[in-house]
Amino acid sequence: MEHQQEQFSFDFFAGTPQIVAESADELKIKLGEFAGPLDLLLYLIKQEQANIFDIPIAKITDEYLRYIRLMKRLDISVAADFLVMAATLIEIKSKMLLPREPSEAEDEEIEDPRKELIDRLLEYEKYKSAAQMLYERTTVEQATFARGQIESDENNAEINATMFDLLTVFQKIVARHKDEVQMEIHREEISLADMIKTLKKRLFDQIELSILEFFEEMHSKRELVTAFVAVLEITRTESVKLIQSKTFGDIILKRV
Amino acid sequence: MEENEKQNRSLSELVAVVEALIFVSDEPLTTKLLAEVLDEDKESVEAAVEELAKEYKSRESGLQLREIAGGWQISTRTEFHEDVRRFLKTRPSAKLSLASLETLAVIAYKQPVTVPEILEIRGVQSASAIKTLLEKRLIVTKGHKETVGRPMQYGTSKEFLIQFGLKDLSELPSIEDFEDLAG
Repeated sequence: MEHQQEQFSFDFFAGTPQIVAESADELKIKLGEFAGPLDLLLYLIKQEQANIFDIPIAKITDEYLRYIRLMKRLDISVAADFLVMAATLIEIKSKMLLPREPSEAEDEEIEDPRKELIDRLLEYEKYKSAAQMLYERTTVEQATFARGQIESDENNAEINATMFDLLTVFQKIVARHKDEVQMEIHREEISLADMIKTLKKRLFDQIELSILEFFEEMHSKRELVTAFVAVLEITRTESVKLIQSKTFGDIILKRV
Repeated sequence: MEENEKQNRSLSELVAVVEALIFVSDEPLTTKLLAEVLDEDKESVEAAVEELAKEYKSRESGLQLREIAGGWQISTRTEFHEDVRRFLKTRPSAKLSLASLETLAVIAYKQPVTVPEILEIRGVQSASAIKTLLEKRLIVTKGHKETVGRPMQYGTSKEFLIQFGLKDLSELPSIEDFEDLAG
């Protein structure tokens, strides 16, 4: 199982990825290992042992197109970027085939049609090396264990709830309130200050408070919104923590 | 106790208590926080931490004290990773894909950076790589860029520093240094 996976993973230490495949099918999988068209292009240039500043464009274009043809089954969005590069290569190739106007030659320095591509390749290559550096760093980092990491998720399921988690819980309750048939009874609306006071008192008594429970106690949408704002306010101003033990689960307000 | 009176611990006492606090901390502990908690000068705490790091090194401990993500952390020495892993029954976590690593490299060096800017350098869509990196909390959003379409900008997180064992971003080698390596 583990072995199979490794087959398809890219190994930096093996140097350049090898496109030595037994069958065309296998080749398709291996092609997925190129991080992008620039990566493939760099590989082809190296394979040809060509100088990056003097790319044999006709030859590289042919090679590039050969690989592209094998990529038909790849992810369509990625394939599109590979095709853009194919078009660029063909354009450069055709520009280089065009005879130069004898009149404009000599005095005017004609820009190499390959220049832009070379610049991009050189820029990309730096980041490719930086990626390799990062890869080496994580390999080293994975060999060291800190105390925090040793605690498994079961032991310490508390993760910090974000604003989005809070909103999700809020929306759940608003949706539920919608379904309930409400009798319209005129009542005194509770102010934000009062709501905060209530919430503080509850937290003081209970230390921990389920947000879901607290919201459920509200009678109207207006009260719910006030309660929500009160929760936001209290997390901002008081030393309380929002804790969510599992994704989309209940959020606990906890005094710290 | 009188106001502003700092605790008066000897260096060895301070080294010991600093070690205790770093040991129990989940996250790399800053000298600033140490000084606050212990009610000591930042300078004395820094001296204590340096001293502790020296001790760890000199006695060839199974643990190391490292400066990481702006704080100090005690962790096992890399030499023992096989034994530690056997004990914990864990395997190295899934490595990032080549595409994700490249995207991360671009973000680390160009931050804050937008998706189109990443595309320009990598020559390929990075949407799924960005999603992975966000899920792993290695990158965070850094607001919108005030340009056409107001694209979202991305930067690396504190988690990035921790996972890649960096004190801070300046510890990354300069991107120009890779020029010699390439080619």
